[in-house]
Amino acid sequence: MELINKQEVSKKLSGRLLLNKVLKYIFLLFTLVGLVVLATLLIDTVLDGWRYLTPDFFTSYSSSRPESAGIYGALIGTLWLMAVTAPIAIILSVGTALYLEEYAPKNRLVNFIKVNISNLAGVPSVVFGLLGLTLFVRLMELDSSVLAAALTMSLMILPVIVVASQESIRSVPSTIREASIGMGATKWQTITRVILPAAVPGIITGIILALSRAIGETAPLIIIGIPTILLFTPTGVLDTFSALPMQIYSWVKLPNPEFQSVTAAGIIVLLFILFLMNSVAIYIRNKYSKRF
Amino acid sequence: MKKSMFMAALLMSLMFILAACGGGSGGSSDESTEEASTEESTEETTESSEASSEETTEGSLSGTVTGDGSSTVAPILELINEDFNAEYPDVEVAVGVSGTGGGFEKFIAGETDFQNASREIQEEEITALEDAGIEYTEFKVANDGLTVAVNTENDFVDYLTFEELRMIYSGEATSWSDVRADFPDEEITAYAPDQSHGTHDFFKEVVMEDADIQAQLNQDTNVISQSVASDANSIGFFGYNFYMVNQDNLKGVPIQGPETEEPVEVSDETVMSYEYPLARPLFVYAKNEALQNNEAFLTFMEFTLNNASTAAEEAGYVALTEEEMQEQMDKLAEFQ
Repeated sequence: MELINKQEVSKKLSGRLLLNKVLKYIFLLFTLVGLVVLATLLIDTVLDGWRYLTPDFFTSYSSSRPESAGIYGALIGTLWLMAVTAPIAIILSVGTALYLEEYAPKNRLVNFIKVNISNLAGVPSVVFGLLGLTLFVRLMELDSSVLAAALTMSLMILPVIVVASQESIRSVPSTIREASIGMGATKWQTITRVILPAAVPGIITGIILALSRAIGETAPLIIIGIPTILLFTPTGVLDTFSALPMQIYSWVKLPNPEFQSVTAAGIIVLLFILFLMNSVAIYIRNKYSKRF
Repeated sequence: MKKSMFMAALLMSLMFILAACGGGSGGSSDESTEEASTEESTEETTESSEASSEETTEGSLSGTVTGDGSSTVAPILELINEDFNAEYPDVEVAVGVSGTGGGFEKFIAGETDFQNASREIQEEEITALEDAGIEYTEFKVANDGLTVAVNTENDFVDYLTFEELRMIYSGEATSWSDVRADFPDEEITAYAPDQSHGTHDFFKEVVMEDADIQAQLNQDTNVISQSVASDANSIGFFGYNFYMVNQDNLKGVPIQGPETEEPVEVSDETVMSYEYPLARPLFVYAKNEALQNNEAFLTFMEFTLNNASTAAEEAGYVALTEEEMQEQMDKLAEFQ
């Protein structure tokens, strides 16, 4: 007697193989839907905007005449915003993650805090904008300055970095932690010399992804009331400024059809910065992740 | 162990490079930060003491001017600001585009020197300003004709009365034949700017007699003009400048108001003379206290009124009549 009923198997086999094949193409289709839409959007934007990407576009301020409109003010404003947001967000969130993972006692309260930080990451950015408007712009009287916007943005991306940092701190094997303490290192020495170096790739990836979110975020800036018509760049954190997404948002609403192309050019610049930041994140992750 | 420390050092330095890159022109941002903040506070005190600024001559005038408000008025102010900046490069003018309603909130909070509005200030806003102790002066800068438009394929609508518009935008008429018996039985799609626009408020007050507008509301006026251009049975309204640039794709509807004998087509002349029933002035509301104490702002307002007519025309609006512009200048002269 045969162990396998070959007839029975071959009867079902073709159906299973077919299902396999069908599912493969269905999933390919799902993947393509996203990719095709994205590619169409990118190609359309690039075709529409490339002729405005002249050197002048980067060196002149925005204008209501499309031929002389540039992105200089918004670009510098965005760089300022990022330069102030990054240190605030990094120090606050890495500190939070370190405390929660390394120092905090394991009890219900800490667990509650951890869950809520994850929840905060899902709060819509408009809400952070409203918080920024009441707290920083009105109460602390920072007006629509770089600092007010940077503080708001920091709060917005804080949970994202905290969660990413927590993950990568947690993934440092406890054996090397114990080894460090076994060698007589103090907790702080262990953190700075063993845990952080091992966790840094994950932390930096989180930071860059969070900053990429902040750089393209418009809603909080609109709520805070960042101006779009201005012909100067900030000289300090208390000066007002404009930012790339705000500039794009205000161009797209103008009646002159030429501005749709100017908008596209602005989007290309923003996308390029985003692309650059994400590449750095991927590079760091691939280069330094497999260390244990 | 040594290797991991090296890695750490490398990564930390990378982080700093990244931060520095982010700094861009910021460069020594930390140093300039403190300077800037002290500078700003001294600037504020000189602004309020004002004594020194009287001697300032053209070109060396410096200071800050802030405004916010209507996206309809913004293109005019942007044009003016470009020319103003060429003449007074040291005056920092920052104008936001939060919409008429959103801008008034900031004006009431005392955050801005002037407020652009595509409608007249409302009762609640007047009371709120009184409560906040903010005195203001109203300046007209240009005229706009709120334009009602239909698709170019629509050949039956020759004109509409206020009452018919009210039927369409209250949702009472769902098909064109409900509006007028000899119109075809096609479903109407009505588009309108959303509540953040003064244009919405103006239409609601003047045409709808304060009833709510039932239509597809959109924040982006370009979306409205494009929707009307592509949808054969649609109707929409927006500022005159949006109609001017889309004239080939849209059909402007002559409007018969309650006080006009016959339908009037929107045009430069009918808007300027206010024969067109949906003609409206565009305003800049200025804070009196800023006009008195901030030389830069006073100069900016003078410049604005002097150049408003040309800027308005370039932005696709209609200039004020000469007498009307003179009235605005007389109002400002009281502060000089």
